[in-house]
Amino acid sequence: MALAVGCRARPGKARDNKTGSWRVFKPSFDHEKCTQCGTCKTICPEGCISEDTDGKFIPDYQYCKGCGLCAEECPGEAITMKQEEK
Amino acid sequence: MVNKDLELFDCGHRACGGCGAALAARLVLKGAGTNTIVVSATGCMEVFSTPYPETAWKVPWIHSLFENASAVASGVVASLQKQGRTEKVIVMGGDGATFDIGMLCISGAFERGHDLTYICYDNEAYMNTGIQRSGATPYDASTTTSPAGSCSFGNKRPKKDMPQILAAHGAPYVATASIAYPMDLMQKVEKAINTPGPCYVQLHAPCCTGWGFEGEQTVAIAKLAIETGLWVNYEMIDGKVTKVKKVVRKPVEEYLKTQKRFRHLFKPKRQDAEIAAIQAIADKNAEKYGIDIKLKKE
Ligand code: SF4
Ligand code: SF4
Repeated sequence: MALAVGCRARPGKARDNKTGSWRVFKPSFDHEKCTQCGTCKTICPEGCISEDTDGKFIPDYQYCKGCGLCAEECPGEAITMKQEEK
Repeated sequence: MVNKDLELFDCGHRACGGCGAALAARLVLKGAGTNTIVVSATGCMEVFSTPYPETAWKVPWIHSLFENASAVASGVVASLQKQGRTEKVIVMGGDGATFDIGMLCISGAFERGHDLTYICYDNEAYMNTGIQRSGATPYDASTTTSPAGSCSFGNKRPKKDMPQILAAHGAPYVATASIAYPMDLMQKVEKAINTPGPCYVQLHAPCCTGWGFEGEQTVAIAKLAIETGLWVNYEMIDGKVTKVKKVVRKPVEEYLKTQKRFRHLFKPKRQDAEIAAIQAIADKNAEKYGIDIKLKKE
C-alpha cells in the first residue's frame, strides 16, 4: 500500500498568495534616472523586480509589499515611495 | 556558477516587508542553483515560506522538526549517495535551530562527515515565537526573555562562536556572510556546496520586527554591523581564516542607535559603560580578525 507521508505542495505555489495587498507605500520607478545597476532586483526580499523587454526595471505589484528597501538602496535615487490610494 | 537571475524562492511568501531572512533565502538559492535539495529546521523561514498548502520553494524541500534538520539531511545525503545521484543538500536553520536546539544533530552530522552544507540565517533571537533570546543574541539586546529594565540592560551573555565550534569539528569550509553583500554571500554558498564534506555558512539577516526598525533599513543596518566590527565577514578553510572583509571602522553607537532592541542604552539616560563594553567587543573582533583598514595620517 502506498503511504503518503506528510504534506505536499507544488513548487512555488506561494504565488497564489498575492502579497501586494499588504502594501501601504508604493515604489514608483523613474526610468530616466535608472542606471540599470540591478541593485533593486538583487535585494528585493520578494524577488518581484524584473526587467521588461526594454530593459526597464519594474516590480510586480501583485507581490510587492512596499517595504521600501529598493528605494532606500537605489544608488541613483530612481525609486520613490508614495502612499497608495486604494 | 552563481546565477543572479535564477529565482528559486518565489513571491507570495508571508515574511514581513523588508525581511532579511527572506532575502537570505533568495540569495542562497541563487548561489546554490537548481541541483539542490533543501532541508529546513522549524523557524521563521520555514513558517513564512510554507504555510500549507503553499510553498515559496522551487527546489525539493522538506521540513521535519526543530532539532533534527541535520539528521534528516544526513539521511538524504546517504540515500542520494547510494543511488548515485548528484544533488547537493543544504540545511537551512535560524539561529535558534542552529545555536541551541539543533546543536546535537548538527554536531553528529559534522562529526560523521556527511557531504552537506549547513546554512544558518542568523537574526539573533527566536523571532517566529515572539523574540526570545537565543545563543546568538548579542550582548545587551533586549528580548522578551531578556528584557531591559531597571534591573537589567538586556541579554547578559555574548554571542556563541558557532563558526569556531564547527571549524573545530574539522569542517573543511566555514564562512560568515551578510545580506548586505549579496555577491559575496552567493559566492560563499557556491563554494560551500562544492566543497566535499560538512560545511557551514552563517548569514547575518537583520529582522525589522524583532530588532525594531523600519523594513527599508534592513540592508543598511546589516552594512552597519560590518562597518562597526560587530559582525565580521570571513572565510575559514580547514580551520584557518583565509579571507576577511576589511573596513574603516565606525563607532558601535552608529549601529546600536538604529534599533529598538538597544534603545535602553540611550534612553532615558545614556549608558556610557554599557556602550563602552559593546565597543570593546567590536575592538576585540577587529583585533582577532584584523579587519581595520588603517588610514594614513594627514
Ligand atoms: S537600483 Fe535604481 S538605478 Fe539600479 S536598477 Fe534599480 S532602479 Fe535602476
Ligand atoms: S518596495 Fe520592497 S517589495 Fe516592493 S519592489 Fe521594492 S524591495 Fe521589493
